[in-house]
Amino acid sequence: MIYWNSFADFLAMGGYGLYVWGSFGVTALVMVAEPILVARNQRASVARLKRQLRAEQRAESRSPAA
Amino acid sequence: MIDRFNLYRFASPATFYPLAGKLIPWFAAAGVLFGLVGLYIGMLVAPTDFQQGEGYRIIFIHVPTSWMSMFIYLVMAFWAAIGLAFNTRLSGMMAQALAPTGALMAFLSLWTGALWGKPMWGTWWVWDARLTSELILLFLYIGYMALVAAIDDPRRADKAGGILLLVGVVNIPIIYFSVKWWNTLHQGSSVNLTKSSMAEIMLWGMLLMALAFWMYAIAVALARVRTLMLERERNAEWVRKMLSEENA
Repeated sequence: MIYWNSFADFLAMGGYGLYVWGSFGVTALVMVAEPILVARNQRASVARLKRQLRAEQRAESRSPAA
Repeated sequence: MIDRFNLYRFASPATFYPLAGKLIPWFAAAGVLFGLVGLYIGMLVAPTDFQQGEGYRIIFIHVPTSWMSMFIYLVMAFWAAIGLAFNTRLSGMMAQALAPTGALMAFLSLWTGALWGKPMWGTWWVWDARLTSELILLFLYIGYMALVAAIDDPRRADKAGGILLLVGVVNIPIIYFSVKWWNTLHQGSSVNLTKSSMAEIMLWGMLLMALAFWMYAIAVALARVRTLMLERERNAEWVRKMLSEENA
């Protein structure tokens, strides 16, 4: 079922190792980094908006008009 | 009538935000699953190519990323058209959420193409129709993101970005048909809707990888659109309620 005879063969990719692994490596890097960045942005947004909301609520409760 | 009602309901950020949150893990899981099976078939089971040796295995990334780079652009142009025609709030956010992923797909298409071109053609890059039009697609993505980021009012940014997307959509058929219309170093398509010149096992590997990239793109775009919704609707009641309930 498996096409390769050895792990070394698999890594060598018949002499095309640099090109094949250069393609797969950079793609993997991008597909790991992008979701991490997106999740970090989401957390940062939520944290900042929560801070702003709390600050607003404090200001409202202090002001006599409210 | 029920369909209409549902569509309008989900077009509201207050409904879409939690729905997107629930859908993300499913798309992510589907992406990982398709990716693992696709990699198993493409990298471990599929035999060598009689012309290109093992170098052909770049196809399992190159073709899916190229397809996605074009498909994502079409989806963005679709949202731009909806947004310009019906002035819907969600459309512009959808287009914006897809743009970085589309740009990355275009970049990966060019990157893997260069790494494939070097051993097969003897050059990383040529200014031929297929490669140049794909590079223009990358610039369209970057131009769209820069334009939208440069305009403070989000609704105006959506309008300007939407027009850019609709004008740029002409580039997509140019990319797709470039290998037919011009003499190019790039090979013709191995697969289209009616026929395939690939061995069946290779075709399966490639289609599974394409599905994996598709699911990945949906998951990432849904995650990004949630952040955009929060930011844009930060003064709306549903956002304030959610933020004060600490479960955002």
